[in-house]
Amino acid sequence: MMAHAIFFYAFSIIAVISAIMVTVSKNTVHSVFFLILDFISISCLFIMIGAEFLGMIMLIVYVGAVAVLFLFVVMMLNVAQQKNQWFISKENSGHIPIGLIISTIIFFELIIVVGGWKYKPELLSPTISQVSNEISNTHSLGQVLYTDYIHIFQISGMVLLIAMIGAIVLTFRQREGVKKQSYLKQISRERSDGIEVLEVASNKGVKIDD
Amino acid sequence: MDYINLVFGEVYKILFLLIPVLVSVAMIVWLDRRVWAFVQKRQGPNVVGPFGLLQSVADALKYIFKEIIIPASSNKIIFILAPIITMTLALIAWSVIPFGKDQVLANINVGILYIFAVSSLGVYGIIMGGWASNSKYPFLGSIRSAAQMVSYEVSIGIIIINVLLCVGSLNLSDIVLAQENMWFIIPLFPMFVIFFISSLAETNRPPFDLPEAEAELVAGYQTEYSGMMYAMFWLGEYANILLMCALGSILFLGGWLSPIDIYPFNLIPGAIWLIFKILLLFILFALVKAVVPRYRYDQLMRLGWKIFLPLSLIYVVLTASYLFYFNLLPTI
Repeated sequence: MMAHAIFFYAFSIIAVISAIMVTVSKNTVHSVFFLILDFISISCLFIMIGAEFLGMIMLIVYVGAVAVLFLFVVMMLNVAQQKNQWFISKENSGHIPIGLIISTIIFFELIIVVGGWKYKPELLSPTISQVSNEISNTHSLGQVLYTDYIHIFQISGMVLLIAMIGAIVLTFRQREGVKKQSYLKQISRERSDGIEVLEVASNKGVKIDD
Repeated sequence: MDYINLVFGEVYKILFLLIPVLVSVAMIVWLDRRVWAFVQKRQGPNVVGPFGLLQSVADALKYIFKEIIIPASSNKIIFILAPIITMTLALIAWSVIPFGKDQVLANINVGILYIFAVSSLGVYGIIMGGWASNSKYPFLGSIRSAAQMVSYEVSIGIIIINVLLCVGSLNLSDIVLAQENMWFIIPLFPMFVIFFISSLAETNRPPFDLPEAEAELVAGYQTEYSGMMYAMFWLGEYANILLMCALGSILFLGGWLSPIDIYPFNLIPGAIWLIFKILLLFILFALVKAVVPRYRYDQLMRLGWKIFLPLSLIYVVLTASYLFYFNLLPTI
């Protein structure tokens, strides 16, 4: 148990410190790197409580894909310049009040959840399914997801699909006058399509391209 | 006292795995160059040691004694971290590769997911290296590489799902044991081809070596690196290639199993068979490098998203319906 405690505290300290560093660090790219460190230590915590599948999926989805996109966006935007514009411009930025409202809501939600967990433990959902040690948690997760919660699972899949289609529709633009390469056309091109053999009469020449 | 024994036992096992991997990475570089030369009717490295076998040692010594140059305008911490991360990630994935029935460092239940996660983290070494160099060519190279690796990971993931449908377990040893009757290359042959091409793209090998396309980007994300740090990138890259070959032989070629289970063949230990299969796949990698010209970037993306992704998705549906219809789905 000793080693377990040491690892738990190590990972959670790293997680908390890197979460703080995400907001504190001046360089936005550094923030994203700290966010990645945070994700990784949280997935380590997942693995430590025995939820190895969740931990790995966390690594694959959040660190392997989502954070890469974050990093892309942050590297592409010229954040330093934009920040200066915010501070210099006279008119108030609309972002700050909305951000404050959202963070207040999240803060109260956290208080409610943690408070309920602390003082009313009997309110915790009684439907937590018994995890047996016989089968691995990947199997049990699959069994629960595809039997008891199949509708919720499929609805969330549909929501994701709609969000994806929406993103594609929003960013799609048809550009006029762009030459496109057609592989089929290129491959099926015959010699007779490109070359024409002409009899050239002497002293008259041949008329090419009007 | 128990802890100390445990720790030393584990360290001993880890070294027993890591040192052969590092040595074989050095040898594999030599093999790569020899195969490449052989296809092009050249000699290749043949001067240092017998058949040029010690060429990699000579190269490594050269890299060690060269000066490490850190550009003045680079982000120093991240610049140094990038090759370290690349190499560490390439090496830690080896911990779940089974070399025999119980010859595996960590026999975890989510082995295949672990390898997938670690290889998807491999993008960061490249992005960090490209960004921290604070120079145009490395940055362009790292952006190309990140987009390429993220795209091809998707199709590799779906190919893995195909195999998992036939196995019913994420454990790599179980995946190998499920192939005792028939290797998965026979029912899933199209997936093996797609997996092979995707792993070429995933490890930035030619014809998908756009991140370091020397005609356009000097050397891509490695441009500003020198000495030992460059060597670490390079070791990490080849360790990743070997890992992909190992993954391919475990998923499709039956891992440590011998091709036919009869007398003279099943005496050979499983590790030898696995190494033999890895070498076979690696020689294929090297041959592809020698014969195929480099893709254009839009062609690369088209291949990944418009051809491989739909094909592998269709094959998932086919595999699942076949298994379901003939009642062959694996039980727990």
